[in-house]
Amino acid sequence: MSAAQLRLNHPEAGILQIQMSGSWTLASDLPSTNAAEQAVQGAQGLSRLCFETGNLENWDSGLVNVVYKLARHARHADVALDLSGLPKGLRDLLELAETVAPHQESSEHHPDSAFFAEVGEEAVAFVRSVVDILRFVGGVAVSMGRMLTGRARYRASDLFVILQQVGAQALPIVSLISLLVGLILAFVGAVQLEQFGGDIYIANLVGLGMVRDMGAMMTGVIMAGRTGAAYAAEIGTMTVNEEVDALRTMGISPIDFLVVPRILALILMMPLLTLYADLMGILGGALVGTTLFDIGVYEYFRQTRSAIDLFDIFGGMFKGLVYGAIVAVSGCLRGMECGRSSAAVGVATTSAVVTGIVFIVVACAVLTVVYNVLDI
Amino acid sequence: MTSADPHILFEDVSVGYGDRLVQRDLNFSIGRSEIFAIMGPSGCGKSTLMRSAIGLLKPFTGRILYAEESFWDADRERQQILMRSFGVMYQNGALWSSMSLAENIMLPLTEFAGLTGDHAMEIASLKLAFVGLAGFEDYYPSEISGGMRKRAAIARAMALDPETLFLDEPSAGLDPISSRLLDELVVNLRDSLGTTVVIVSHELYSILGICDNSVFLDTETSTMLASGNPRLLRDECENRQVRQFLTRGGQ
Repeated sequence: MSAAQLRLNHPEAGILQIQMSGSWTLASDLPSTNAAEQAVQGAQGLSRLCFETGNLENWDSGLVNVVYKLARHARHADVALDLSGLPKGLRDLLELAETVAPHQESSEHHPDSAFFAEVGEEAVAFVRSVVDILRFVGGVAVSMGRMLTGRARYRASDLFVILQQVGAQALPIVSLISLLVGLILAFVGAVQLEQFGGDIYIANLVGLGMVRDMGAMMTGVIMAGRTGAAYAAEIGTMTVNEEVDALRTMGISPIDFLVVPRILALILMMPLLTLYADLMGILGGALVGTTLFDIGVYEYFRQTRSAIDLFDIFGGMFKGLVYGAIVAVSGCLRGMECGRSSAAVGVATTSAVVTGIVFIVVACAVLTVVYNVLDI
Repeated sequence: MTSADPHILFEDVSVGYGDRLVQRDLNFSIGRSEIFAIMGPSGCGKSTLMRSAIGLLKPFTGRILYAEESFWDADRERQQILMRSFGVMYQNGALWSSMSLAENIMLPLTEFAGLTGDHAMEIASLKLAFVGLAGFEDYYPSEISGGMRKRAAIARAMALDPETLFLDEPSAGLDPISSRLLDELVVNLRDSLGTTVVIVSHELYSILGICDNSVFLDTETSTMLASGNPRLLRDECENRQVRQFLTRGGQ
């Protein structure tokens, strides 16, 4: 097997003969074709392009590709093409590649847009997306109303399955994270408080921190990553599989059937999970306080009880409820908006988590200010 | 072309997504109890047109009339009632994946026909038996093969004995025998229940074998090139592209 070679000949004036020999396969080292391409493209007075392949050994797409390129250049430069020097199989393949004319992209499909046009379009798209969110929230509110009056169509068994998924099955991860957050709060506080001999106030710090904010916030973030993403992926996949369309054509509102039970489940479960997270966080703090710092178990819990009251607990649970609604709505919204490809499901899932967490933090800030003003 | 007893009438319909027009100037009618094919090359907008016909996608212009009543001019409640007279089989079946086959069929029965659980279960078993899936009541869509999913989807589409059955690519991806059984099922349904069947397809065997009437949509001109009986179109249509399509490029 000899190496592939390419030679340009000019047997007569105005005729370019390209001589190819050796083994022209993709796996072998192919010679550069720049010179040949330039000879075809830039040649003055060239009238005919032909090929000579007498010493060609074996060939595959590597050769077809070169000839295809040259043929296109030749056509572009109005040079007559003489393919008779090529092997018959190659001529057939070339014909196959040229039967269907290349697709002409219509200009309206991908319009060239200027910078300002793009900015404008983005702005319009943003406004549209806000309108979509409002419309969705409105639709959900109407459906919730229907559900409260017993007229929404959903299956009770679905609701129970979802309740179990977002409630009981979330306990292990919520336990772990809350316990650790309690531990961390205790450590951070203890280092400072120890300097003033106020070790016992670790209990106040952890208790108040968990109950008022961190319990709800951490549970919300966990649920955004766990349940919000699951909602978006489930509903998104159903959109891709046309299952949502199938509900619609049956005259069943997808919001009643898919969204309402999911939102309801999170709204019911989040306050309970928050309460549980509070407890686990306090246990985590107690673990640090009683083992590493010299505080008695009973003392620690008495101090915690004196630090928090029922308002703190209910305030935290209410925050949890709000976060639950946010996570559920953003998950379901992104799922319903999902495009019609598997990549779109990934986008929807990511977007659900991001939207959920952003709005949780915003809601936390707003609620904290409101609580302060109301002196709760 | 107008059928003797038009059941569905398309008047100057154009359809598309977003800003993109897919098909325009569509004028044809589908007769009652006819098996009608919407055919054309891949990507010409057949499924888009079907989505407009079943009330999921508002057409840009024109009217779609069911028994002389315009669907898209009707109010929301009337649309819901009309939609209940459609049975739709989607391209990939679109069975609800969290429900068993029987539950998939029972849902419309209990929701709209007001059937009780046991009765709905019996009907669901019967519909599954129609499509050769007796005994698969408790299987979930993910546990059965693609061909079985298609048949189960037809059973669900037939749940409420619809006046019009829409089938999106029913035999795509099926082996030749299953595909023929499916064709026979469609003909039987039409003969026994008088259902109007609209099939979106490019399967020549089905189109030429069972369809009474058809419309051919084209990608390049974005409109219909011909309509009529597919066998006559194959032999006599003036448009070369339509003849080529119906003979696998033979003429």
